[in-house]
Amino acid sequence: MPSAAAKIDTPVFDVDRIRDDFPILSTQAHGKPLVFLDSAASSQKPRAVIDAVRHCYEAEYANIHRGVYALSETATRNYEDVRENVRALINAKETREIIFLRGATEGINLVASSWGGANLKPGDEILITTLEHHSNIVPWQMVAEQTGAEVRAVPTNESGEFLFDRFEEMLTPCTKIVGVTHASNAIGTVVPIKDVVATAHARGIPVLVDGCQGVVHRGIDVQDVDCDFYVFSGHKLYGPTGIGVLYGKADLLDAMPPYQGGGDMIETVSITKSTYAPLPHKFEAGTPNIAGTVGLGAAIDYFSALGHDAIRAHEDDVLGYALERLRGLNDIQLVGTASDRASIVSFLINDVHPHDTGTILDQAGIAVRVGHHCAQPLMDHFDIAGTVRASFGLYNTRADVDALVDGLHEVRKLFG
Amino acid sequence: MSDLRDLYQEIILDHGKSPRNFGKPESFTADADGYNPLCGDKVHVYATVKDAVVEDVHFEGRGCAISMASASLMTEVLVGKTEEQAKALFDKFHELVTTEHEPVGDDDIDRLVVLGGVRQYPSRVKCATLAWHTFNNAITGADASAKTE
Repeated sequence: MPSAAAKIDTPVFDVDRIRDDFPILSTQAHGKPLVFLDSAASSQKPRAVIDAVRHCYEAEYANIHRGVYALSETATRNYEDVRENVRALINAKETREIIFLRGATEGINLVASSWGGANLKPGDEILITTLEHHSNIVPWQMVAEQTGAEVRAVPTNESGEFLFDRFEEMLTPCTKIVGVTHASNAIGTVVPIKDVVATAHARGIPVLVDGCQGVVHRGIDVQDVDCDFYVFSGHKLYGPTGIGVLYGKADLLDAMPPYQGGGDMIETVSITKSTYAPLPHKFEAGTPNIAGTVGLGAAIDYFSALGHDAIRAHEDDVLGYALERLRGLNDIQLVGTASDRASIVSFLINDVHPHDTGTILDQAGIAVRVGHHCAQPLMDHFDIAGTVRASFGLYNTRADVDALVDGLHEVRKLFG
Repeated sequence: MSDLRDLYQEIILDHGKSPRNFGKPESFTADADGYNPLCGDKVHVYATVKDAVVEDVHFEGRGCAISMASASLMTEVLVGKTEEQAKALFDKFHELVTTEHEPVGDDDIDRLVVLGGVRQYPSRVKCATLAWHTFNNAITGADASAKTE
């Protein structure tokens, strides 16, 4: 039984072999081996994803939901099959609750505009947190301006942790929706979203969760957490750019007006009136990102085959090592020290501006993100303009952390 | 990391750490805010211009070594220039940090050549030009009524 013998129950997380799956990781930057520590902004792509996108264009590409010919039917099936991949990944009840969009940003804009436009009125409150990425702030401000509602934000403590008691205090009879991140992209804080949802639901308030980092570093079971909306982007989950997901409970999505009008989202159209397609197509106007969706499917297959628990154990090991080494440097201040955190570390070197640090690290082949990480209210909370952020994906290693620390010594050397 | 020494020359590290003409002056005739949304750097430039001649430039703000050093050096080289000369110098400086041709030398641009290394770092060019754009906005927006405190 050679095939049965080759099967291993608990796959070993072999990071060296995994790194070989990502062609870009063997390239160089400024003549140095690339040390990529910016996966929270966008992760690199395994060959399986690159091949899937290429195969789509080379062999199985046509517009979907239209053609009666074989190629279009294949393309349609490939596209629609990914809905099941996503459903299984997040444990949604039905595939019609999975809406394909450009990314998490578009998902939040959709909910703010469609749900918010239909349900918000003057005096209503939208409750978010200071941990949010701009994409979970600005769409709410825009709909607040249109409807007369108000955006309020739950503060964090000095560690950058979500303040649950403040959250409960700030839920008022006027609160109509809660928007909260699963994990902060800037400092890694993980928010106890299941408790947030339970508390909001006890008051009849729906919750949108920004899962961009959460789906990657924590995983999500939307039925267990019971959130009403969950959004994430494919490109942070080792998939292509330009494809993301909005999960919404079917009854909520059904009741919401369409976000954009166009082809593919209609049943019948006359000059005076149109009727809309059922879920999920009601929210997918126009030709979607077909190859990107296929690539997302390949990314989910790749990610799921490695196993979320194994990925998390590996990332936590690298994160723990990074925190230990950074804490060992006396001129480093960690920004955000939440006890429950994803594999994201923000820090400052005493008097050196993050942009200078970023440029010096870049010369050593180390890619970090510097600046406000699209989270200016959080930077204001810490009274800083920005940070240096190292984020660790499933392919990062302790050696990457060592390279970062060596690079930081160079920064110190140059700035004296 | 020898390339980095071209970018972070001693003069830049010095001006970055101890910027000259830093702070709000007692009097000035024009001022403006500068902001780089990419990195969150902020600068406020105060200029005293009399009879179309720049008599004094000060600045406040926070930013990287490049932006602070560039602002600091700018406050030194602009003093004594006519508005026309200041604008011409900005053009030359812009050329210096964005193109491969070194502008024809004179004493002022020679002092700024230390910032030329920025041209190798496209994402950092705005750090070097922020204060200059802000100065330009200050004097362009200036009217007859002087702001004095």
